[in-house]
Amino acid sequence: MILDLDRFIREENAFWKELEDCLELLERRAEHQMDLAESRRFYYLYRRAASDLARISTFAAEPAIRGYLESLVARAYSEIHETRDKPYRLRPVSWFFETFPQTFRRRARAFQVSLAITLVGILFGAGAIALDPQSKETLMPFSHLQGDPSKRVEREEKQERDFMKGEHSTFAAMLMVNNIRVSILALGLGITWGLGTIVLLFYNGIILGAVALDYIRAGQSVFLAGWLLPHGSIEIPAVLIAGQAGLVLANALVGWGNALSLRERLRAVSGDLVTLIFGVALLLVWAGIVESFLSQYHKPGMLYALKIAFGCLELTLLFAFLFRAGAHKTPRGPAGEPTP
Amino acid sequence: MIQPRTNTLSIRTPEGIVFALPLAGPATRFLAWGVDFGVTLVAMSLIMTAFAVLRVLSPDFGAAISMLTYFALMIGYGILFEWFWRGQTLGKFIMGIRVMDVQGLQLQFSQVAIRNLLRFVDSMPVLYFLGGSAMLLSRRAQRLGDFAANTVVVRARVARQPDFQQIMPEKYNSFRAYPHIEARLRQRVSAEEAAILVQSLLRREELDAEARVALYTEIAGHFQRLMPFPPEATLGLTSEQYLRNLAESLFRNRA
Repeated sequence: MILDLDRFIREENAFWKELEDCLELLERRAEHQMDLAESRRFYYLYRRAASDLARISTFAAEPAIRGYLESLVARAYSEIHETRDKPYRLRPVSWFFETFPQTFRRRARAFQVSLAITLVGILFGAGAIALDPQSKETLMPFSHLQGDPSKRVEREEKQERDFMKGEHSTFAAMLMVNNIRVSILALGLGITWGLGTIVLLFYNGIILGAVALDYIRAGQSVFLAGWLLPHGSIEIPAVLIAGQAGLVLANALVGWGNALSLRERLRAVSGDLVTLIFGVALLLVWAGIVESFLSQYHKPGMLYALKIAFGCLELTLLFAFLFRAGAHKTPRGPAGEPTP
Repeated sequence: MIQPRTNTLSIRTPEGIVFALPLAGPATRFLAWGVDFGVTLVAMSLIMTAFAVLRVLSPDFGAAISMLTYFALMIGYGILFEWFWRGQTLGKFIMGIRVMDVQGLQLQFSQVAIRNLLRFVDSMPVLYFLGGSAMLLSRRAQRLGDFAANTVVVRARVARQPDFQQIMPEKYNSFRAYPHIEARLRQRVSAEEAAILVQSLLRREELDAEARVALYTEIAGHFQRLMPFPPEATLGLTSEQYLRNLAESLFRNRA
């Protein structure tokens, strides 16, 4: 019990001020490493402030001092009990070429599920078009896909002038923004125990399957491959990876076969989620550029074989990157905390 | 079953010390979001002005850069501010709130990124209906993004000593004749009750006369039940004088 409050505050104030100075230094300079003596002193000051808080909590007349001490103890507590590394340097190159593919591989099971859901959607979409060609209007959200594929191919191959002249950059930006937005949504909908992510992936698969079969039935397989492969070889896997991130979040929420608490499970996946979605965003920037500047050009100006070869090359490089890059490096941190 | 809502986040340290952080309510957070939204719109209009030359030189490239900048600003504003400013944006700073880890640990970049990316879900279908509903149902006032990121939004307190001189009685404090009751009073009154006493006296001029009398009577009645003084000590005291005497007994050495 405190008998003389004024004296108590007068004596302890110097220690509180010293702790506050230490905290300000640590908060201002994240890279600062305390030596052993500094660490010991910091820990001593923290324990002293915590003890003062416990003592003053019984003294009703000092709510302001109590609030001040609570704030000091809370700040010191976060510095002392935090065990995760706090990244304070940007390492974008090693993050993209090592952390991102390592994270992708660590969560490969979720990618497989994401791929499987999309494949089921593709089969459903293709099946719907095969059994009921009239369903095209319902399944396809874009008006330019609802017409006859052969007529579109004929129209676009006959075009002599560059119909996108002066709009390439705007179109690329629009594609990037839209695709990144959808990808973030695929991640975010993981919070619905994955149901939202599954619906989004399945619906994407339906559109893809319906469009593909529609063009194949019209005998336009080469056009389809030449149109979709250059950007789709990056864009489709990127959306699958976004779905993978959503399913990782959902798995952390559900927690089947995981003894950790919900809070610990969410904490364990948070770094991986951010790494995956930032990687997806970069892939989609590339896909947007390719779709605007290459995919929209067809014969005679652009050889289909060249476009298909380019798409295949991209796909091969992407999967080599995702499955091989950074394999010889040790992953950073247990939770893969990214250093963007 | 929905757990009862509390307006504080209590954290017990391994040393057995408990500290409480007051949680920010939905209204404060919505106002902070409104300020941030306004800030991003102003920033965007400034950037648009800066890009005006670019749009004249190349309308296509200028439009593309504008679109990408706007998107990056809407997503990056919250992430960058909260990361570099220890859980605060301009809106949160003005409203006196900040984001922090739910366990009181250091805020990580991934936590800041996830809570901001999940705004896409929280803001559905309009005006943060989903996030706001989640916040009302959550024991820690968390929207879905906070839940996924293990974060909470707390009021950033500024510890200040109240001006006790303002609340001291102008006349002699009759309670001084009973030091043993004063000592027991100091033991029995909680910090929250003491704060209510101080605030009610400090805000005297903000209250209508009738409301003031009603409020002071109610508070005085509470303290009388908590630690009664003998009738001769309270004889002829108005509720306000009673409260000022109590304040003097509690804060005598701090004024």
